[in-house]
Amino acid sequence: MKPLFEVRDLVTGFGPVRVVDGVSFRVAAGETYALLGESGCGKSITALSLMRLLPDGGRVVSGSVQLGETDVLALPERDMRRVRGGQMAMIFQEPMLALNPVIKVGEQIGEALALHQGLAGQAARDAARGLLDAVGVPDAVRRLDSYPFELSGGLRQRMMIAMALAGRPQLLIADEPTTALDVTIQAQVLDVLRRLKAEQRMGMLLITHDLGVVAENADRVGVMYAGELVEEGMRDAFFSAPQHPYSRMLFEALPHTGDGGRLTTIPGQVPKLDGATRGCRFAPRCPFAIARCRAESPDWQELNDQRVRCHLAGALPARQERELTAHSVKQAGQQLLQVDGLKVHFPIRRGLIQRTVGHVRAVDGVSLDIQAGRTLALVGESGCGKTTVGKALLRLIEPTAGSIVLGGERITAKHASILRRQAQMVFQDPFSSLNPRMRVADILLEGMDALNVGAGSDRRDAVARLLHQVGLPDDAGGRYPHAFSGGQRQRIAIARALAVSPQLVICDEPTSALDVSVQAQILNLLKDLQDNLGLAYLFITHNLAVVDYLAHEVAVMYLGRIVEHGAATDVLRAPRHPYTQALVSAVPRIEPHDGAGIIRLAGDQPSPLNPPDGCHFNPRCPYASEVCRKTYPEQTELRNGHWVRCHWVAGQGFSAGRVD
Amino acid sequence: MNSIQPVILWTDALIFALLAAVLALVWLIRRQEHLLAPWRVVAQRPMAMGSALVLGVFVVIGLLDSLHYRERLADSPADAPQYSVEVLSLFDALLSELRARPEKTYSAPLAMHLYAKEFVERDGATVRDYPRLQFGGAHLQHADARLPDIARRTLDGAMQGALAGLLLFAGLAGWQARRRQMTPGGWLATWSRGDLDWPGRTVVLVVAGMLMLTGVIVQLASGYHVLGTDKVGQDVLYISLKSIRTGLVIGTLTTLVTLPLAIGFGIAAGYFRGWVDDVIQYIYTVLNSIPGVLLIAAAVLIVQVYIESNPEQFDTAAARADIRLLALCLIMGVTSWTGLARLLRGESLKLRTLDYVEAARAFGVSNTRIISRHIFPNVFHLVLIAIVLDFSGLVLAEAVLSYVGVGVDPSMYSWGNMINGARLELAREPVVWWQLGAAFAFMFTLVLAANLFADSVRDAFDPRLGGRR
Repeated sequence: MKPLFEVRDLVTGFGPVRVVDGVSFRVAAGETYALLGESGCGKSITALSLMRLLPDGGRVVSGSVQLGETDVLALPERDMRRVRGGQMAMIFQEPMLALNPVIKVGEQIGEALALHQGLAGQAARDAARGLLDAVGVPDAVRRLDSYPFELSGGLRQRMMIAMALAGRPQLLIADEPTTALDVTIQAQVLDVLRRLKAEQRMGMLLITHDLGVVAENADRVGVMYAGELVEEGMRDAFFSAPQHPYSRMLFEALPHTGDGGRLTTIPGQVPKLDGATRGCRFAPRCPFAIARCRAESPDWQELNDQRVRCHLAGALPARQERELTAHSVKQAGQQLLQVDGLKVHFPIRRGLIQRTVGHVRAVDGVSLDIQAGRTLALVGESGCGKTTVGKALLRLIEPTAGSIVLGGERITAKHASILRRQAQMVFQDPFSSLNPRMRVADILLEGMDALNVGAGSDRRDAVARLLHQVGLPDDAGGRYPHAFSGGQRQRIAIARALAVSPQLVICDEPTSALDVSVQAQILNLLKDLQDNLGLAYLFITHNLAVVDYLAHEVAVMYLGRIVEHGAATDVLRAPRHPYTQALVSAVPRIEPHDGAGIIRLAGDQPSPLNPPDGCHFNPRCPYASEVCRKTYPEQTELRNGHWVRCHWVAGQGFSAGRVD
Repeated sequence: MNSIQPVILWTDALIFALLAAVLALVWLIRRQEHLLAPWRVVAQRPMAMGSALVLGVFVVIGLLDSLHYRERLADSPADAPQYSVEVLSLFDALLSELRARPEKTYSAPLAMHLYAKEFVERDGATVRDYPRLQFGGAHLQHADARLPDIARRTLDGAMQGALAGLLLFAGLAGWQARRRQMTPGGWLATWSRGDLDWPGRTVVLVVAGMLMLTGVIVQLASGYHVLGTDKVGQDVLYISLKSIRTGLVIGTLTTLVTLPLAIGFGIAAGYFRGWVDDVIQYIYTVLNSIPGVLLIAAAVLIVQVYIESNPEQFDTAAARADIRLLALCLIMGVTSWTGLARLLRGESLKLRTLDYVEAARAFGVSNTRIISRHIFPNVFHLVLIAIVLDFSGLVLAEAVLSYVGVGVDPSMYSWGNMINGARLELAREPVVWWQLGAAFAFMFTLVLAANLFADSVRDAFDPRLGGRR
């Protein structure tokens, strides 16, 4: 079959740096080709090279890009504008940044329609409505007159897709189309993309770092590393037997369900692309590397349905199944943290005298317990208030109501310093959580100085010990944060929290900004620290795989309240609340599974400013009944301390009882 | 027995305090890698280095002009010395030739005759003619010899400047070659290719150009009034050079007043928010809504009245003019901090929500410490950019204010006063253009150099421009 789209030996350079180095692949009509790789491997630059939208300084050095009969790289810019959007279209990662905030979405789609189909006026409006219907936007007519800020993230991404489809492209390039979205919304958007591809027989180039997304959407997979394609194959073959050591290690770095063992990490970092590289680019990090790997760059080796660039292709030892060790079942220690009825309401002020006209109920009556040395995961979609809970616990946000008891002492504003000695926080973004103007040693010393931990003379030694503890080199203390990679920065942030020897560490999505292989390193570190120091974690995350790996207990939050709580295995293996069920089933999985049983949630999370009456979840719940719309459900006890707040579960014969 | 008595005017003291502060800052920056890196970028840009050299010349003149003294009167007794009421500076001493050659009134640049006709005695008869100048071209016998003389002096000056430049360059080449352990020829080859890690060609060319210009001016000035004379016959070149100090004082001391206000209020408003923010915002909204000229005029008048009612506190005319200059700096500082404060408020609002500030708060670090360690270092680049950009604006503002009549003391040399003085003469036929032209040329050079330098500084500190330059 003649491919729709073919890239041959594409080389893109920024000055002397070859960011994309000899990439070749082809996409057939109706096929999804996934380009998989970690950040910095050149996959986005590949996409931009194809569209000829490279940022300043970037230049396609050589190679050819063939779309149907057209040689894309040879077109003059004038004709290229017709190709962009008309024959190949692109969806970007950040839907908020890709839509113009001051123009109604209808007009933005109309612009694309006018350009590529020559439609105007009512005809364009009808076509736009048709597009919105196609991408599954409810109430399409009204949505055409909305501004982007009025739409949720999922809707915005659908608008982007609608706009990309306006030119009836043959090829759709989707650059991390769902990375910024929550899992339930991600599932919706991916469904739309799959359906459209099948209906319109488009070719799709899906760029992502998420193996789960690849497994559920791709027909063929290409793995990129350091600007090169290192492996290519049909999806099933790739997932059952990845051939390149790098692909294998990516798989092994993923936390699996029910797995308590250590994750495989890839040592080192992606090499800088500026120097003349000799040999295989992965060799310095490859555990199987032989002398030949360092001297000679490997060529493509064919293996059945797969192609791989590795000298050892087919000769690698068989993959070892990681042994499944159960969680270290430490007996529940003493109660460390007890939170009762925590509420955080943000007043909304309007008018000249700043009258309070309402409250955003970010956190609305959350109760939690954490035992010493255990991990509680707080799970929920963005905007459900989980980060606010973490910050309110540390009194970084003053709670509106509720009591916090830490280590047997009730924490009030007066003895916040006790709290600060015992509880610390690790933040999501390692780039904004370290002051770029301070040296690492000063960052670590800051907490000790502020809380007067230890004698002044011992603190320097403490810094060296902390650096060692989190696996950083000894000379790291004298350097500035910019000298470190994302994973190393997160280690610094962890060391900073540990500096005052807390018993509880609140981890706010500590791995969501990191690549899979680095995430594995950080998760291993967190686990080791828990084993060695007896730390308790409040682990705030939306990533259920991580929860499975690390947490003993899970609390699921929806719109400021906990809707399900229990041991991690119970909640994740046998979720009872319809929301938890949807959340669990929406996570893209790499294991083969049938599409049946996947629960797709309709709509988005409502605003906490104006939550729905009755059960907050009722507008999206497939089982909602009359009572759900009227009253908020009480706790329904299941077994082993597993409880849910759901009328539907309560109606199934479990005894509903108030536990307060 | 001293033949001079040093005089330290208020602005002198502040200028040297500022110089010390800048040196301390340089020392601090040299030790901090993250602060040093952008300056390295600045040092690698030809445009920045060229304008920095021009600025440097202005600054040196300003500093020389800030070392004041009074001469002992020749006939005063040795045991109770009396000093002249005239306050001179080291720069005056260097330019004594220019200073002490007054003509009667206007004369055009490089002229040997006055600009106005007068009755002169010639051969026993009184005729109305352009009289000869007392000093300008006095060495010439005949008017025909003027142009060849000017050409010769120009050529001589250029040659001398070029020679000095060559000598300096040879010295530089020898020193650099030894330091880098190359032959001087090898270093010259690298230099001419522009392969040095600093913009060698630009620096050498700018220095050579300035030396040649200096040579020409020195040569011409010994025989002529290079930029003519003003209404009272004073050399315009001298006035222009003396005005440099005034411009620099206005540009720098005002910033010194602005900075604490802008940094303090701006960061406080952004960091604390709430009522602090409200109060500060009201203050600067109110301040911004009053026309600045009105405030400045009122303040200058108050100071003027104070000086006149307390003459015993100011023993010389220079001290009186100086205190008025200082007052002008103060009031201009008070009215011009709002822009930077607003900028810093916005930036602090953003910084306070960043995770590292939250992390510090989670440790219970005090607010002052958070501001000094986390907020201030991260807005410092904005402050720096604002200083350099504001400088040129303030120099121009001085000219406008002096023109309006609420600027510096009329007896003080300043470009604004020069323009003010030249204003009426523009209507004359033929026009007296050199006063205005000289003020314009000097101000233009200073402001252009400052702006070009500021541009480079801003680019170097702008993280978005990062790698590409």
